[in-house]
Amino acid sequence: MLEIPVIRWGKPYESFDQQEVVHFETGEPLAKVHQANAGLVKMDMRKAQRARDLLREIPISKLLEICKKAADLYMTAELPLGNGTQTPKEFCRIQSASTGMPEWMCAGNMKKVAFVLEHMDEILDSLTRGLPLDILTRGYGKEERGVMMSYQANSPVLGLVLPSNSPGVHTLWMPILPMQIGLVLKPGSSEPWTPYRMTEAFCQAGIPRECISVYPGPHDVGSTVTELCQRVMLFGGQQTIDKYKANPNVQAHGPGFSKILLGDDVVDRWEDYLDLMVDSIYQNGGRSCINASGVWASRHTEAIADAIAKRIGPVGPTSMTDPEAPLAAFTMTGAAKAMHTQIEEGLKEPGVTEVTAKYRDGERLIEMERCDYLRPTIVHCASTDPALANTEYMFPMASVVQCEQKDMLKKIGPTLVCTAITEDQQWSQQLLDATNIDRLNIGAVKTNALNWLQPHEGNIVEFLYRARAFQNETPAAH
Amino acid sequence: MVKQNQEALDAHTRESVQWHFNPETGSPYWLEKAKSFDFDPLTDVSCFEDLNKFPLFEDDELRGGPLDRWIPKALLGKPTYVFETGGTTGIPKSRVVIDDFRIDYENFSDTLPDESFPKGSNWLMLGPSGPRRLRLAVEHMAQYRGGISFCVDLDPRWVVKLIKKGKIDEVKEYSAHVIDQAMAILGAGHKIKCMFTTPKLLEALAMRLMDEGSSIEEAGITGIFCGGTEFTQQWYRFAREELLGENVYITPTYGNTLMGLACGKPFDPADDYKITYYAPQPRAAIRVVDFDDHTKVVPYGETGRVKLFTMTKELFIPGFLERDEGEREKPHPKYPWDGVSGVRPFHKIASSTTVGVY
Repeated sequence: MLEIPVIRWGKPYESFDQQEVVHFETGEPLAKVHQANAGLVKMDMRKAQRARDLLREIPISKLLEICKKAADLYMTAELPLGNGTQTPKEFCRIQSASTGMPEWMCAGNMKKVAFVLEHMDEILDSLTRGLPLDILTRGYGKEERGVMMSYQANSPVLGLVLPSNSPGVHTLWMPILPMQIGLVLKPGSSEPWTPYRMTEAFCQAGIPRECISVYPGPHDVGSTVTELCQRVMLFGGQQTIDKYKANPNVQAHGPGFSKILLGDDVVDRWEDYLDLMVDSIYQNGGRSCINASGVWASRHTEAIADAIAKRIGPVGPTSMTDPEAPLAAFTMTGAAKAMHTQIEEGLKEPGVTEVTAKYRDGERLIEMERCDYLRPTIVHCASTDPALANTEYMFPMASVVQCEQKDMLKKIGPTLVCTAITEDQQWSQQLLDATNIDRLNIGAVKTNALNWLQPHEGNIVEFLYRARAFQNETPAAH
Repeated sequence: MVKQNQEALDAHTRESVQWHFNPETGSPYWLEKAKSFDFDPLTDVSCFEDLNKFPLFEDDELRGGPLDRWIPKALLGKPTYVFETGGTTGIPKSRVVIDDFRIDYENFSDTLPDESFPKGSNWLMLGPSGPRRLRLAVEHMAQYRGGISFCVDLDPRWVVKLIKKGKIDEVKEYSAHVIDQAMAILGAGHKIKCMFTTPKLLEALAMRLMDEGSSIEEAGITGIFCGGTEFTQQWYRFAREELLGENVYITPTYGNTLMGLACGKPFDPADDYKITYYAPQPRAAIRVVDFDDHTKVVPYGETGRVKLFTMTKELFIPGFLERDEGEREKPHPKYPWDGVSGVRPFHKIASSTTVGVY
């Protein structure tokens, strides 16, 4: 069986504490992952600055080449993993087996990671708004227009407390190393695969091993990473988001409450956008925070809900190896049942109707011996009042909500991705001004259509670097 | 040896039951409770195994007053302490104590190696005090060994509140405040060589000393008695290999206000820092029992829940299921009775508990 050590600034460490990762369907042990303890992390964080110092010795242009090479290794190479090795195919198989994501989705997520790495030069150029990248290394420098710029790293390392269930989120931390910031990774218990494979790919491509630590472990390891790293990206539920919302050191990622808003000027043509709505709700098993959990319109909402339900209502689970498997399994005991129960409670509120029920044969919740599935669920809400009008679960589930256009921006609440389909200039301006929306798409763009040249879920450059004033000559009198 | 100890435990059990259920000497609580039993403790308990006849002791019984109900009649009028358990809030669980804490810690003291805990040297007690037993107990042990104990207070209940509110910065500030005081005492020329502390505070103190270019060893500490929160095999190794260096002795303990202090089996490199605890028999005993049937001891090496029995003149606990689980271990030459290793929070309640706050 695979045995995977803790990585302490590049050095493998075998712990007495180990945790088995098991196949979610069979219970078969897949690997034994050594567990860090909080003290190890505290001890190592005292040397965090060395990671940045070493990375700063490598020009960013060279780091960008390393990223391209790492992308290739990640996608194609048989890479060492603990006491064994892993091919890309084995990677997808084991990731699927522990997370419940169908294998083809795992392969799709690999491509996303590789895409980000391959295009890192464009991404950094875009995220930094064209800043000469050596300014990040040196701390200051002049732009082409002759203006002095200074950027200061907020932390020598970025701590990441990663989730177990959504391999796609790993794309978010790919730009860290080329920005000359070290990595402190705390993998999710069921998804150690991407952090370890990426670490190996980066290091074989030329990143010094001393720049990356990987600390699988219990909760207190995650809380220690969060406490000690001056900049942290973490993933969790709404409770986690609320806990860290006032902490500028932590960028917390959780449910996105992403939505599609149909403007009054286009809503009578809603059928033109049916594919867009279905894909936004349903692709990647509905598991991502950028999947739509709401479709809001002022009229035709019952017909819209019915049309979406007709398309995705009959969908059920298939084998993980099915190249078109539509749904991911819930591997954590009781999680699917809890969501199912909450939805059933929500359906008791007046004005709320489940539309998918009539299109599927059987129940929403499918309980199996070692895992559960939730089948796609579309709910119609006649107003914005019911709780289900603005909820999100990790499967293809969305509410089609009837709401006047003039009230939408007040009622949608925090929204990670908003696709507003409209040509109404006045409303478009209001959408642009709405601070409760993070990523805004105006036009027929799926909520889950990513443009990596745009800031995503908080600009990582602004999170890691502080723009500040710097002078090395007396300014002109004025 | 094992057989002799079993006989001693059986004899001690008979003596304890006679003391606690005799109308002249027993406590109001047990005398009243006995009326609800379908057996007579005075005639039907002749060995340790017979304690299974008692219903499980529920520690919620310890919440609230009047506390006099716990004091054996024979001890009424003696100066009495009340110690509270744990780091939780609400009505605390209380235990009345007269001399047990002194006896427990004197017995424990006799297991400490003098070369690491030199007689006559001073102690730093870095952990929760207030209504908890630790401060007075460690202080008594220091005095018993001819030294003086310097104490830094810590209120775990406040820390629990801060954690539950997500006020991590305040937790850090509070921890730093506690460590500031420890640093001040260590730097004040008190010739402190021994210390009681918890794993988390030891980590914090050791790292503060490192940050200031020093170490636990350079601060003069030669022996550490450490416990109070979860102490794992991995953490033991980390402490020995990275936190302390090879010249500082550390011994883990497992204990609580009801039991007294279990001793850790001496460190043996052959078994990779494995931590095995042995209760201070016959004053207290622990057994590793089946998760579904607490009257059944699991086979050696198997996992079960820790069941505690306390039988001192002051307290009688005929079987209480701890919030911990572990593996049953064979008797050790130094402690020839059953032990328990791998102690950790009981898996069915672990997720709902805030552990290790100090």
